[in-house]
Amino acid sequence: MSLKTLEKISTEDPLNDVEQRVIIDQILDENKDIPGATMVVLNRLQEAIGFISPAMQVYVANQLGEPVSRVHGVVSFYSFFTTIPRGKHTIKFCVGTACYVSGVDQIIEKAKQILEIEPGETTEDGLITLELCRCVGVCSQAPVIVVDEEVQGRVKPNRFPKTVQDLKSKEA
Amino acid sequence: MAYFRSHVLVSIDPICIDKGAYELIDALHDELVKQGLIDEVQVLETSRIGDPESEGPDLMVYPEGVHYTNLSLEDVPFLVEEHFLKGRIAAQYTREAKEIADKELSAPQAKEMRIVLKNVGEIDPLNIEEYIARDGYMALGKVLTEMTPEETIQEVLESGLRGRGGAGFPTGLKWRFIRDAEGDQKYMICNADEGDPGAFANRSVQEGDPHSVVEGMIIAAYAAGASQGYIYVRAEYPIAVRTMRIAIDQARSFGLLGDNILGSDFSFDLDVRMGAGAFVCGEETALMASIEGKRGEPRPRPPFPAQKGLWHNPSNINNVETFAIVPQIILNGAMWFANIGHEKSTGTKTFSMAGDVKNTGLIEVPFGITLREIIYDVGGGIKEDKKFKAVQTGGPMGGCLPEEFLHLPMDYEALEQAGSILGSGGLVVMDEDTCMVDIARFFMEFTQEESCGKCTPCRIGTRRILEILTRICEGKGKPEDIVTLRLLCEQINENSLCGLGKGAPNPVKSTLDHFLDEYEVHILEKRCPAKICKPLIRFEIIDGPCTGCTLCARNCPVDAIFGERRQTHVIDPDICIKCGICEQICPYDAIEIK
Repeated sequence: MSLKTLEKISTEDPLNDVEQRVIIDQILDENKDIPGATMVVLNRLQEAIGFISPAMQVYVANQLGEPVSRVHGVVSFYSFFTTIPRGKHTIKFCVGTACYVSGVDQIIEKAKQILEIEPGETTEDGLITLELCRCVGVCSQAPVIVVDEEVQGRVKPNRFPKTVQDLKSKEA
Repeated sequence: MAYFRSHVLVSIDPICIDKGAYELIDALHDELVKQGLIDEVQVLETSRIGDPESEGPDLMVYPEGVHYTNLSLEDVPFLVEEHFLKGRIAAQYTREAKEIADKELSAPQAKEMRIVLKNVGEIDPLNIEEYIARDGYMALGKVLTEMTPEETIQEVLESGLRGRGGAGFPTGLKWRFIRDAEGDQKYMICNADEGDPGAFANRSVQEGDPHSVVEGMIIAAYAAGASQGYIYVRAEYPIAVRTMRIAIDQARSFGLLGDNILGSDFSFDLDVRMGAGAFVCGEETALMASIEGKRGEPRPRPPFPAQKGLWHNPSNINNVETFAIVPQIILNGAMWFANIGHEKSTGTKTFSMAGDVKNTGLIEVPFGITLREIIYDVGGGIKEDKKFKAVQTGGPMGGCLPEEFLHLPMDYEALEQAGSILGSGGLVVMDEDTCMVDIARFFMEFTQEESCGKCTPCRIGTRRILEILTRICEGKGKPEDIVTLRLLCEQINENSLCGLGKGAPNPVKSTLDHFLDEYEVHILEKRCPAKICKPLIRFEIIDGPCTGCTLCARNCPVDAIFGERRQTHVIDPDICIKCGICEQICPYDAIEIK
């Protein structure tokens, strides 16, 4: 990845999307002068855009006056930052101790079965991404899944298909 | 002074005034006079009650604490007659009680004592006035007007308060180190990166009583001479991030943050920084690297953060709970706090109870209480009255303790001697159906993934342990594995750079110490006594109880179950992935694990 990357970025990249470009520039403008800006900017970009493409990393590095390697180092270090687009909805499975003891495994198996993808992957229609996540701190409700921002506790494997159905009907 | 048996608080804010709050007060007054109750019921004005979505006008009746809303003037005669004359609650106008901040926090159990959690679930965390009404920011006022920084440090030292993040270092001493350090710019940092799976006390405090953390930090900053503070919250806690930000803005608008706090010459400001899903950032030097915008890798100490911390300036890091306690110590005095607890561990500690215990959730108990009291008296015992097997304390850097340690008084020293740690206060209770080798493997998988990779013992050592444990769980263990595991545990512990690596072997070491027989059965007999390790078990349908209801076949994720309706089904062991769904849903208990 070099600075030249910016000259021939894919047309799909958020930097080439007019609306998203405005958001990216606004985030950089608001935060680039605060101490420790890299983390703040990347967190905001991940939240607003949904991922941080290689070209965006180069762009951020240029704007912050940091080496690209350092920005890429930060992006690759933290598990919340992703470099490829995710599905419209994300279902996260908490794999903390309490959820593990309470059998989150079985829910993951069920999800793999009905969506035909592995955790970390996105369904072909781009609707749902499955992820494993670290303890979300709702251990008294274990096993726990997080659907987009909403935490669902005491999830049962045979109730899981309904969760997926709800997401699908929301889109329909 | 006149005695009133009831107080009516009418909300006076722009929304309620617009909806006729003043007219409502007049009408109430007239009606009370008319019904001869004016000497018994007092009508008062108050600020906003209820949540922001309430339509208003709102009023609250005490001592009952009934919240009426959406009242019109025509409702007043009926309301006064029903509530104040006849003493019945006029249910058609009531609004449901505000949802408490945290449902997992129940009313205090016997043996509980709430200092950190005293406001959680009781006040509106988004309203600074409710915090102030419960003596909030009084400690700050006392410190700024009556105490020197040195006296503040002395008070905290005498209280015996120790870091609630797990290491248990005396808080006052830490503050003195940074106060004595040379430098113009000093930082006060709150570690809210509660990454331990099974711990959620810090999240509850931040979401339910954020101002206690803010106040504790301002006091600490005054004592330590810091002018800027950061609260580092993990990205998994978006609501905590939001409540902390709101609390900081409110405190700033009240003059409790910023320049010349409460008219003194002390200035301090706070900012929230978010993590991004790296467990190692709970380690203090890694956390500071992350605030600086870098990869969250720890660095060797010395130099300690008190000398060279954030951006090479003197810095101090304390845990959320530690800060939340500080105002209480200042208000009630060091001796009050020092008298609670046990030996060198003073005060109370929150524990997040989860796993196979009846009452899961958050508790706060004085130090010195035994594990048995926590699990059986506060936690209500084991679910389904099964047999207790182990309790895992202190998260992935802690250990698993068996039954013979249940008499142990909970304090920093006792747990450490037993081969575990207090850590952030996570307690995961495990019943007889838990496989301890599998649990050790689970924790090793966690630390191996979360190891930042900077130092070799942690990066490669945890990987080696995980490989051996996985092998044992698959029935491919060798007798010499146990010696190798012990050796690896020792070396990783001694040679790792930071607390993550040093603590990583604890789950393995403690299970080897206390549950060696389970390892031996896995290795020598190729059997998993708890029937958890998948390669060592198989699922079978028993002929008698199976009614052929097809429920299992329909729910099997891999279609491994065959059979006609109303006839005993069969599981094909070659297809079965041993997920256990069939066993869980079978209404006739016809599925057996062998």
